[in-house]
Amino acid sequence: MNLGSRPGVLGRVFTALVFLFLYLPIFLLIIFSFNAGSSSAVWQGFSLRWYEELFQDRLIINGVYTTLVVSLLATAIATVAGTFAAIGFYNMRRRWREPLLVVNNIPMINADIVTGVSLCLFFVASFGAWNGFVTWMENTYRLTAPRLELGFVTLLIAHVSFNIPYVVLAIMPKLRQMDKNLIDAAQDLGCTWMQAFWKVVVPEIKPGIVNGMLIAFTMSVDDFVISYFTAGPKTSTLAMVIYSMTKKRVNPKINAVSTLLFGAVLLLLIIVNVRQVRQEKAAKRK
Amino acid sequence: MRNKLSWFAVPYVVWMALFTVAPVVMVVIYAFTTSTGGFTLDNFARMGDFAVVFARSFQMALIATLICLLIGYPLSYFMAKEGPSFQKVATVLIMLPMWMNFLLRTYAWVSILENNGLLNRLFAAIGIIDLGNLINGGLNSLCAWLNSGVLDWLNGMLGTEFVLNTARATDMTYFRMLYTQGAVVLGMVYNYLPFMVLPIYSVIVKLDNSLLEAARDLGASSSRVFRKVIFPLSLPGVLSGVTMVFVPSVSTFAISKMLGGGTKLLLGDLIELQFLGGAYNPYLGSAISLVMMVIVVVCMYVMNRFGEGEEQAVML
Repeated sequence: MNLGSRPGVLGRVFTALVFLFLYLPIFLLIIFSFNAGSSSAVWQGFSLRWYEELFQDRLIINGVYTTLVVSLLATAIATVAGTFAAIGFYNMRRRWREPLLVVNNIPMINADIVTGVSLCLFFVASFGAWNGFVTWMENTYRLTAPRLELGFVTLLIAHVSFNIPYVVLAIMPKLRQMDKNLIDAAQDLGCTWMQAFWKVVVPEIKPGIVNGMLIAFTMSVDDFVISYFTAGPKTSTLAMVIYSMTKKRVNPKINAVSTLLFGAVLLLLIIVNVRQVRQEKAAKRK
Repeated sequence: MRNKLSWFAVPYVVWMALFTVAPVVMVVIYAFTTSTGGFTLDNFARMGDFAVVFARSFQMALIATLICLLIGYPLSYFMAKEGPSFQKVATVLIMLPMWMNFLLRTYAWVSILENNGLLNRLFAAIGIIDLGNLINGGLNSLCAWLNSGVLDWLNGMLGTEFVLNTARATDMTYFRMLYTQGAVVLGMVYNYLPFMVLPIYSVIVKLDNSLLEAARDLGASSSRVFRKVIFPLSLPGVLSGVTMVFVPSVSTFAISKMLGGGTKLLLGDLIELQFLGGAYNPYLGSAISLVMMVIVVVCMYVMNRFGEGEEQAVML
């Protein structure tokens, strides 16, 4: 779009100031992760002390482990389930599809805290009923069954639940772009409908699937609020560990975590961009 | 073929019924029940006790949204005016902080705003704190002079007892910035500014060129083009940005705890307290959550009336 002239000096200064506002806190955080002292305001020389302490902190390491496991599992489940769900929705009659898509949007539209609280309430109430039933069975029939409580499984269910809508949403446009005759053509040429699905539909919507998978993974890794309400007292994701650490005001280990995370994000971004540029170049050569 | 493939959605429909619809229904049921299981509207009546929290939450979220708009709109406009490669880099730079956990971004401000944090040290070094003491001292003596002069005379005339404060601190060594409401608003603005910039920018950048050219050809000045064409057409983006900043701001509990010290409760804190905190009362918590859901639905409804903006909002 052509909005006329380029912005003037004032406009550029304003833009620069906003970016400074966005990035200065992050850079300060990174700089002070290398501080020898424990202050986040006075520089006392360079050291990697906080990184060493970070890697010896069992809570943080466990948090990272839980986050990675839950995010990878939730992403895998959500991607598969979301792909099937999107294809199903797309092939439904409008009158069924519209209301189902509205329900699908609920976790995305609701404030995180409401989603978290409602899941928490649901788990606590249904587990309470189940545990009461188990007690009753033990007392009357001497039969037993495991009691349920909030933990890794509820955390995983919550993550899958808020991930699937994003996957569905990423895939739907690709399905709409697809030529509907392709499926019929494949079947006319002798494919069974299963083959038509695997050989025609899935390759067509693959970019949407990959996109949805990436969104789901970032959502999972980044989530704090929903995990906080569904993980129970014994399971902690990295975000939850960070939250409990920040109660002690300044803790340079958090700075070190931030630096590592920022580095990881930056690296990912560079890889994605380099790949994009390469693909564009390859496309041009063709 | 079509009918067979539609069965693919069945597992997810069951999943949604269990883990999306059932929890929401449960919140609604709990909001209307007592701890013994009877129907009640007490939970909503009790919310009156927390009217202060509601008012404070709304006020702070509105201020944060307004500041985001005042910063975000010009920024999006200036970004859209730059060349294409600048725009690409700028959008990535806006999104990059969003990939860092918001707890870490909020924590970054804790060490900046602390009493002996970076900002206070900077202020002390360039003499702003001394200046503050000086101004307070000046105000104190001015008020003392007014008290003994004009106000004495006025109180004598009217029989009142007006006295101006003369006890402003003149020995400050720092400004108290952390654990204030201002810090919480700052945290909201810092965390949610990208949510305002991205939808507005994406609407402005897609504006139809020929409309702008037509306006210019018809003799509109550039400020008039902005007022009559660009701004009205960018309203869907503004609306979706406002929703995307307001909803998380009004429901936050971590930001207010970290930057506000947890003494001045917000709606999010209140809900958290009812479910995980000391004041365990899921019935009241559900009622407040229900109110929050209604707020979100109203926001969405208003936004959908303006059409276009919704898709971007969902995609971001």
